[in-house]
Amino acid sequence: MTETAQTSPRSVIEVRDLVTHYGDRMILKGISMDVHADEVMVIMGGSGSGKSTLLRHLMALEHHTSGTMRILGEDIDKLSGVELVELRQKLGVAFQGGALFSSMTVGENVMLPLFEHTGLDRKTMEIMARMKLEVVSLGGFENLMPSELSGGMIKRAAFARAIVMDPKILFCDEPSAGLDPVVASALDDLILLLRDALGMTVVVVTHELESAFKIADRITILDRGEILFIGTPDELRADPSERIQNLLNRVAEDDTMDADAYLNRLTGEQPAYRPL
Amino acid sequence: MKHEVKDVGGSVVIAFEGDVDLQTSPKAREALLATVGQGKPVVVDLAKVGYIDSSGVASLVEALQTAKKGGQTLALAAVSEGALRVLKLARLDAVFAIHGSVDDAV
Repeated sequence: MTETAQTSPRSVIEVRDLVTHYGDRMILKGISMDVHADEVMVIMGGSGSGKSTLLRHLMALEHHTSGTMRILGEDIDKLSGVELVELRQKLGVAFQGGALFSSMTVGENVMLPLFEHTGLDRKTMEIMARMKLEVVSLGGFENLMPSELSGGMIKRAAFARAIVMDPKILFCDEPSAGLDPVVASALDDLILLLRDALGMTVVVVTHELESAFKIADRITILDRGEILFIGTPDELRADPSERIQNLLNRVAEDDTMDADAYLNRLTGEQPAYRPL
Repeated sequence: MKHEVKDVGGSVVIAFEGDVDLQTSPKAREALLATVGQGKPVVVDLAKVGYIDSSGVASLVEALQTAKKGGQTLALAAVSEGALRVLKLARLDAVFAIHGSVDDAV
């Protein structure tokens, strides 16, 4: 599927020909994609497909080798350090493991971005944190420590922190990982609620096909650093490509082996990837 | 963001204009608490508010609580659809008295 190179007024993220490396290893091989306002965009792909790398670039956390990225209309290569910090304040992130600070209460964790980035009165911050805890069904839990919460509650508290500054774009890294199906489904409902009620654009990286089909307005599938597919869930189901159907049917793809390269790698004659 | 305070009947109406966000909500909070401090029933007119974020809503919540402690009422009037969605998400539509217009509220 070809994305046009023109700036679309509905796009909140525009990626063009993005190439990234870790050391001398190319991870993303010329990615072009848009994320539209008010949509849930799900990014999928197997291990090593580059989806986590892409997510970090979409959050303006990494430097790319070449290509362009516009986030909320800003070309991130042209932003000063201060402007980049201002841009990141409009982005919310819910990390895979929750990433709550164990020495702080749930409420203090949720308030942390407000302490860091605003000069609001503490009373205002406390009410904002409690409101967001209500939104994620953790009302009244603000004085507990993270160790007193279940896995699903930690994820929800992480969501509350991610949305406490009313971000324009919310990024979620594997929100359902490690959760039982009922709790995972409730988190999916929460993502849809945030899109519908707060008009947030949500970018989700997930392995979970069922979750992807439930929440996605569009799905991007990455394969070995390249985009294999961008489209709606219905378009994905109808796609005749064997690789996509294998993914949907959970068929593991055999790596085609280059015997000489493998032998060279084992004997050390092919140089290993160099770190940065 | 601007605001205007005027007496209407026995109530004091505070009308905001513009966006209430992280930058402007401290001023809105100060104005709301000062208005509540007058000791009369308060109506907050949001007809000319384009966008109100969580910090603005939090200021409204604090003002409501302060008013209630003083035995006063604080009502919202002409709440935009977007602001109502934010209020409903935190179930605050059940906490505030919300009226279609200032005339209905006073």
